[in-house]
Amino acid sequence: MGQDTEQNLKTVPLADFHRRMGSKMVPFAGYEMPVQYPAGIIDEHRHTREKAGLFDVSHMGQAWLHGTGAAKALEKLVPGDVQALPSGSGRYTMITNDAGGIVDDLIVTNWGDKLFIVVNASRKHVDLPMIADASSGMAELEIIEDRALIALQGPKAAAVVSGLAPVCATMAFMSAVETEISGIKCHITRSGYTGEDGFEISMPVSDAEAITEALAGHDDVMPIGLGARDTLRLEAGLCLYGNDLDEETSPIEAGLAWTISKRRREAGDFPGASRILGELADGAKRRRVGILPEGRAPARDGTAIHAPGGDAIGTVTSGGFGPSVGGPVAMGYVSTDHATAGTALELAVRKNMVPASIVKMPFQPHRYFKG
Amino acid sequence: MATKYTKEHEWIDIDGDIGTVGITDHAQEQLGELVYVEVPDVGATLEQGDEACVVESVKAASEVYAPCSGEIVEANEELADQPTLVNEHAEGDGWLFKIRISDMTEIDEFMDEAEYKEFLKELDE
Repeated sequence: MGQDTEQNLKTVPLADFHRRMGSKMVPFAGYEMPVQYPAGIIDEHRHTREKAGLFDVSHMGQAWLHGTGAAKALEKLVPGDVQALPSGSGRYTMITNDAGGIVDDLIVTNWGDKLFIVVNASRKHVDLPMIADASSGMAELEIIEDRALIALQGPKAAAVVSGLAPVCATMAFMSAVETEISGIKCHITRSGYTGEDGFEISMPVSDAEAITEALAGHDDVMPIGLGARDTLRLEAGLCLYGNDLDEETSPIEAGLAWTISKRRREAGDFPGASRILGELADGAKRRRVGILPEGRAPARDGTAIHAPGGDAIGTVTSGGFGPSVGGPVAMGYVSTDHATAGTALELAVRKNMVPASIVKMPFQPHRYFKG
Repeated sequence: MATKYTKEHEWIDIDGDIGTVGITDHAQEQLGELVYVEVPDVGATLEQGDEACVVESVKAASEVYAPCSGEIVEANEELADQPTLVNEHAEGDGWLFKIRISDMTEIDEFMDEAEYKEFLKELDE
């Protein structure tokens, strides 16, 4: 699979755990990662929506940005308001380029004396040098190589995590605490990539097996691979970098204007501001939309989107079967004059033109814990 | 006549000049739970190796090729609502289509069950 050979693939700290659980491993972003376990993608997906799914996301890039100038330094790269981020809170934002495209999307959390940054595995080799450069003379980037990152997602996640770390019970969505699990200091945020309530737990590699076993030992917890991670995030309407976001796509086209605060809009002091502010004022030429195909045929990324009986107006960027929806779901970009919910479309799936319509996302309601 | 197998992990049950075609249990296991099956149009004429059908798991769409040349005489319409029949009974109720074989010499190259099992073993090594 892919062009990665076994020799140059990196292993995650929990590789032994995955094998014990019977995972099928595949190359992903330079790592050997579990794509599924014996339960299979559909059962893993449903289990996460009904109980709690455990995800190893240790391949993602974790870094500290130290120093009082850290927020200012990061704002040189992102349009999000990092300076206004209260201590103990996290925020979703993106690194933009001078053309207003997206270099990566990321989560930044304010830990008081430092920022915690989590970036995509496939982009960390791009992002981290950019952040180091931008921080020069203002803050100090410390790339974290000795910590695993585990997500626990689903309606039972709070009960499971607070059984081990009681303080987690009352945390609100996107808040952060430092607390102990099994006597080991962990950094925990109430966040995730499934649309469900849940947590991401950063822990020392040396204790990752023990903490993961403590979580996975709970009756409500099942390990979940990358396959279900993708169907869960797609139903939640969340973007996948490389599919739904890239260096040509602006945050406005992607429907991410909500991540750009009033202060940052007024200041216009982020890369690509002229395009991004222009699109905020006048609208973008195309928009990311949710698409519900009729029938059962999945419309996968790359599928051409047409006006009914007419011209191509866009492309599917993520698509497949949504286990909780019970049928195909997709997202993609269409020209803005066809982007209203309810608009009829046709999708060129092989030799067929499949009728579809634009729908509001998410496909499954978010169930974040607002406190 | 006994069931024959191809290197593309299809099986074909031949009765006179009609072959019933499906994917093997090994193939369905590799694919995982199917969410969609696109069966061929009845009446379509296919050459050996043409794309006949598409089976889709959550992860990916995979083509199923015509094991031999001929005309599609029937497709398994049950699969439209129940694609997982292929997972449950790959080599039975989960059949995909029936083809009127136009060149019986094409089936000479197929494996019998013992040969296919041997072929799977070699793949494993």
